[in-house]
Amino acid sequence: MNNYVQLLLSGIAVGSLYALIAIGYTMVYGILRLINFAHGDMFMISGFFLIYIAAVPHMPIWLALIITILLTVLLGFMIERCAYKPLRSAPRMSVMISAIGVSYLLQNFATYFTGGLAQAYPPIPWISNEIEIFGVTTKLITIVTPILTIVLVLALVALIKFTKIGMAMRAVSKDFETSQLMGIKINSVISMTFIIGSFLAAIGSIMYFSYYEQVSPTIGAMPGLKSFVAAVFGGIGSIPGAVIGAYIIGICENLIKSYPAIADLSNAFTFILLIVILICKPNGLFGEKLSEKV
Amino acid sequence: MKKRTKILASLILAAAFLTVLILIDNSPLKSSMLSTCLQKGAIYALVAVSMNLLNGFTGLFSLGQAGFMLIGAYTYGILTIPVAARASVYQYFEGGIVQFAIPVIPAIIIAGVLAACFAALIGLPVLKLKSDYLAIATLGFAEILRALIQWQQIAPLTNGSNMLRAFPTYNSILFPFIISAICIAMIVLLIRSSYGRAFKAIREDEIAAEAMGVNLFKHKMMSFVISSFFAGVGGALLAMFQASVQAKGFTSAMTYEILLIVVIGGIGSITGSIIASFLFVCCMEWWLRFLDQVQYLGGVKLPLMRTGFRMVVFSVIIMIIVLFWRKGIMGNKEFSWDAIGKFFRDPFGLVSRKNKKGEGITNE
Repeated sequence: MNNYVQLLLSGIAVGSLYALIAIGYTMVYGILRLINFAHGDMFMISGFFLIYIAAVPHMPIWLALIITILLTVLLGFMIERCAYKPLRSAPRMSVMISAIGVSYLLQNFATYFTGGLAQAYPPIPWISNEIEIFGVTTKLITIVTPILTIVLVLALVALIKFTKIGMAMRAVSKDFETSQLMGIKINSVISMTFIIGSFLAAIGSIMYFSYYEQVSPTIGAMPGLKSFVAAVFGGIGSIPGAVIGAYIIGICENLIKSYPAIADLSNAFTFILLIVILICKPNGLFGEKLSEKV
Repeated sequence: MKKRTKILASLILAAAFLTVLILIDNSPLKSSMLSTCLQKGAIYALVAVSMNLLNGFTGLFSLGQAGFMLIGAYTYGILTIPVAARASVYQYFEGGIVQFAIPVIPAIIIAGVLAACFAALIGLPVLKLKSDYLAIATLGFAEILRALIQWQQIAPLTNGSNMLRAFPTYNSILFPFIISAICIAMIVLLIRSSYGRAFKAIREDEIAAEAMGVNLFKHKMMSFVISSFFAGVGGALLAMFQASVQAKGFTSAMTYEILLIVVIGGIGSITGSIIASFLFVCCMEWWLRFLDQVQYLGGVKLPLMRTGFRMVVFSVIIMIIVLFWRKGIMGNKEFSWDAIGKFFRDPFGLVSRKNKKGEGITNE
């Protein structure tokens, strides 16, 4: 019993982290129709930011966290401006290739800067403490993560529903060109999307690496891909869908890891789920139906 | 230029290249960086052309190439390890369950066929998907294959996450060139056939192609299976080149590298892919190597130079190409003697531009 509670708790925690990253994917895809392959690597870079900033002498951890988040947001903004904006009128495949190029660049840069070795993540006081819940001992972070995720998602949904920029985002994702004609500043909406996505990725990165305790240059690829699968599973473009998809993947993955015979296949499971959903329900759980124009 | 001159020029070029290769093969240069880059370049050229068949000529944006190479490499390894060496390779699994070995060439063909079979299975559900979804689903399949091969339950067959080694490799550096050349020639013939024209029709406009009577699914499947066959052969060659294989090397980063080669060479250009793969391999492994070492210029230590800097510079170059030179080296054109001749008569359009400016008449 305790074992299952433990699995469920860690599944929910991991699922929340995937949810935070998946939102970044789903928002960018909703607006630009671009799979931002660099998103997972941005998450990794954000992990390294905190390691290096926290290593500065006399740096209080709260300040380091704030600087990390700001730098990640800046990075996301810069990536969009430098690598995606010049290709706005290019075919979609060019933008996707550019995203792959950015991902390659970020990984190589991280390898260069850090020497390619995994580095220990600084412990963040309070959330790294151990607590006991339902008779199992776990880190406080397993409890904090889902709560924080839910709060952030609710805030984001409110932002999209009730603010002017949110309305602009919805308009742009419905029809790129018409909204441009209606006087919406496309570039600022897209920048805003990337800023929100990077902000959530930074939070996700702080939680994820506090949980797994080390960062290496290629660590971003897998969680990145899985979060994207979560976004597709929930219906790309839909924020609640992405969150639910992320929880399902997080929990299932942890259950599979607990059976030694199939533990190696936990990564494969995520992609099997992807293929199954793409065949059975290509628009995902909550995706809007796209009609094809000739 | 006359057709005869062109054929002659091509033959001379091919003969010159072959002579250089034979000379390298029989000289101390055989173990040099040049020869390593040439071999790896030839193998990557084959894989890049096979990917170009899919991405450039059929318009299917697939990212599964590393997975099919993995199948090819493992099939080759498993089938050719000599029986005597199996006990030491499969040391944790009592010599494994395969207790025979077959000759090299049949093993390479079986490697391709098995990759093609997997592609046929994967293609059934996946090829109905649209562009981005196809990319992510094939990427997913490559990851599934990588996880499956390392699965402990089938380790007596695949050696789990341990290395496969001790299989026969080639002696002459001509071997990968000959195999690659034969395979690329087959792809070129396919593209020039009526099937190739159907592929291009699908790339340009699926709906129009369907209306003209092209069976979409059949042709997409065909392109996917054939591309995977050659990726499997490429994987087998890569295994021979490395003399060992391990599943963890065949990551999505490998697919990205091949995709970048295709992009640099020009999406939809066979010769572009071939040229780009040699350039790519040479830059990555050889020409930029100096960036990884501490350098001194006039007694001053240059900053930034240390291990890993090469790859940073390299990826920056790639980003510049992707952003500002989107057509790549060749665009969607092929190498032709006419273009070379035209270049020498009128480099970069300088002459015709000058005439236009000066006299106001076009120089046609």
